[in-house]
Amino acid sequence: MPAVDAAVVGRREELAAALRWILPANSVLVGEDEKRPYESDGLTAYRQMPLLVALPETTEQVSAILKACASFGAKVVPRGAGTSLSGGALPLGDGVLLGLAKFNRILDIDYPNRCVVAQPGVANLAITRAVEGRGFYYAPDPSSQVVCSIGGNVAENAGGVHCLKYGMTTNNLLGLEAVLMSGEVIRVGGKHLDAGGYDILGVLTGSEGLLAVITEVTVRILRKPETARALLVGFASVEAAGACVANIIAAGVIPGGMELMDRPAIHAAEAFTHAGYPLDAEAILIVELDGPAAEAEELALRVADIARAVGATSVRASASDEERLRFWKGRKAAFPAVGRIAPDYYCMDGTIPRRKLPQVLTRIAELSKQYGLGVANVFHAGDGNLHPLILYDANQPGELDRAEAFGADILRECVAVGGVLTGEHGVGVEKRDLMPEMFTEVDLAQQQRLKCAFDADGALNPGKVFPTLHRCAEMGRVHVHRGETRFPDVPRF
Amino acid sequence: MLRPTTTLELQEAITGAWADATTLEVRAGGSKAALGRDAPAAQALDLTALSGITDYDPAELVLTARAATPLAEVRAVLAERNQHLAFEPPDYAALLASERAPTLGGTLAANLSGPRRLSAGAARDHFLGLSAVSGRGELFKSGGRVVKNVTGYDLSKLLAGSFGTLAVLGEVTVKVMPAPEQACTVLVHDQTPAQAVSWMTRVTATPIDASGLAYLPVHACGRSEVQAVRAGGTAVTALRLEGIGASVAARLQALREGWLTDAGHGYETTVLERDESRVLWTEITDCQLLPRQGVVWKVSVPPARGADVVTRLTALLDCDVVFDWAGGLVWVCIRGDAARETVVRGTIRDCGGHATLIRASATERRRCPVFEPLSPPVAALSRRIKDAFDPGGILNPGRMFA
Repeated sequence: MPAVDAAVVGRREELAAALRWILPANSVLVGEDEKRPYESDGLTAYRQMPLLVALPETTEQVSAILKACASFGAKVVPRGAGTSLSGGALPLGDGVLLGLAKFNRILDIDYPNRCVVAQPGVANLAITRAVEGRGFYYAPDPSSQVVCSIGGNVAENAGGVHCLKYGMTTNNLLGLEAVLMSGEVIRVGGKHLDAGGYDILGVLTGSEGLLAVITEVTVRILRKPETARALLVGFASVEAAGACVANIIAAGVIPGGMELMDRPAIHAAEAFTHAGYPLDAEAILIVELDGPAAEAEELALRVADIARAVGATSVRASASDEERLRFWKGRKAAFPAVGRIAPDYYCMDGTIPRRKLPQVLTRIAELSKQYGLGVANVFHAGDGNLHPLILYDANQPGELDRAEAFGADILRECVAVGGVLTGEHGVGVEKRDLMPEMFTEVDLAQQQRLKCAFDADGALNPGKVFPTLHRCAEMGRVHVHRGETRFPDVPRF
Repeated sequence: MLRPTTTLELQEAITGAWADATTLEVRAGGSKAALGRDAPAAQALDLTALSGITDYDPAELVLTARAATPLAEVRAVLAERNQHLAFEPPDYAALLASERAPTLGGTLAANLSGPRRLSAGAARDHFLGLSAVSGRGELFKSGGRVVKNVTGYDLSKLLAGSFGTLAVLGEVTVKVMPAPEQACTVLVHDQTPAQAVSWMTRVTATPIDASGLAYLPVHACGRSEVQAVRAGGTAVTALRLEGIGASVAARLQALREGWLTDAGHGYETTVLERDESRVLWTEITDCQLLPRQGVVWKVSVPPARGADVVTRLTALLDCDVVFDWAGGLVWVCIRGDAARETVVRGTIRDCGGHATLIRASATERRRCPVFEPLSPPVAALSRRIKDAFDPGGILNPGRMFA
């Protein structure tokens, strides 16, 4: 992480006083106990107490806070609901943690224009809840959707299990209001499509809180499909399951969701949820077909035929919505289910070309032996997004380090087969030092120049995404040289 | 003219131009040379030789090609495997009176999408990864060759619609999708613009899942090759259904049972089968139903406001219109040579939306802002973004903003 700025730490009380001019006194947290809930996000292996916590509730307050921080030279870390799995909201010891939870109102539900305007702290699922009475929903559904915030979804470009057919956050976003580190408020997009000019909306999405603080979000809502049918298919090998996935797509079928689980994941999920998974299978696929009843029925038949043709050992079609939800129950609870069979687990998030799945799973099994740590695999098979869950015990000395090294090797393998480091969780601090596996120094320098266009002083969420930090002035003309010192790592527990 | 044949030569050409401050007009097919501000550059950078599909794996749903690969070539290769570019890229040859063929890179650089934008997303939503050369002469990549990826900033989005002003695309990867097995179009005859937009808004709130919703006033219908559209002598609202046969049939049935009436009285309708349906939507995609003369604006508004905007525009201007995207996109063709931007932009301003000048004389495209003027902080940010990619201002200078 960036070196701690002792001068800023020394002026903590002064900065707190400045923030109390902007916010009510109880929205500026200084004491250790009140700051404690913010010291970590969903990547709990990393912890850091922030210098201060500020909890604004208006755009004007955010703007004033950023200006104040800029004048103090203080860094700022934005935070939504704090569910990031990559440490995107990990605080800085010399930085203000900007919590956006008080931005919790839905501002406008516009059915004729099929969109919702919400403040960034509104939970993902709350948007669907607000419109489902009229038959609409918001499509991206990360598994943390009950609590994760829509602003955080934008910052991380969150996905979910329906991305292949319905897209990620970026494909479901119409407009944003955001505040730059300078305090300037920008509005991009709106209720219309494809605003002219550079696609600032698109580049802010997935920028992991490094470019601007999001203060308002306009998303499109979709009409719920008339029906959904799910198939639960068992296979004697992961290869057969992988072939089934490839054949489904080659046959022109785009399922609403298509999830693969390997044997350890099946057993963990079945023990936890009793979803009725075949315990003799080496892999299962859950394939959901949605649309008009006639479409879902016929596609379910086609997929069942494809599955049998590649040697599926069992094929069950949901006969009711209850049964369909039971099929999903095990998958949706896969993470907590794995959490019951090991003291800790570490969730990875690479994306690979689908055809490489057997090869990558074989490699993961080898690594599992090599590192002496168990692993369960769940896979968004439709879009190639793999979530290996590495099992470890943080109380055993060295196991966390081994789990991290194991995870890094998995991600290297993902890149080596033509994939990427992260499909939906973000780079954050977690995968920051792996970025050179995928990008050259020139690639990363170009990305950092973009960062400089938004935040010339590098004050917004520094230490995330980029393995080395460069001052914007030096990015201007000088080429980046190899072998720059890495910043010392974050204190970990 | 610079005519690189490899990525390395492209890099050398741009490095050289940066070194001696030569401005470059970046062009691939040249079909959209008349799109954007008229701002000549010192030298043409012709990418025609950087063409060809480099990788295509139907089961992975991705295709990689050099930027100047003709769209027709991409379409043909995809069609062999029953796949397509779901965002329905247009060919503005008729609109812009160009003989040249559009390319994949040009389509992405202009972020151009057709009627299926409504259901399938824009060009930018299908743009997964790229390699490009910045105005500093540096070759960089972004994104990847997989459909789900959040590693690093999403520069594909930023370069889509940047009209070659930030970097020159070398190779691009796009998401491809299975082509629909079946398609048909329901024509609803004789609605007023207000009725049509109201009806389209109602239909989009049902599970009918239309992949195209357009409204063609009488003048536009008269230019169609499709007999049922041209011969009726009335306005036509067109709704396209695509998917597997059973799905198209079921939705057509549901439409007939529930949604082809308004306030109790039924509309007169015609159904176009697959081939005629394709002809009509190509005409809409490529803007063939607009007059061949006159200034053309592309107006994007919240869809339910489409009719309102048109009512106000037609009261002030002598113009023809075509509605797409369920009312969210209005093509406005004004008779004469004057862009009339004060009227056009003034009218849409309080509806929320933006207007882009698509067809006008070079003089008008110098005088009048082609793209919607940006708010001061967004304009300043956009300039800094430009500087971050092209500090010498050599790539298509002034093509987007003066």
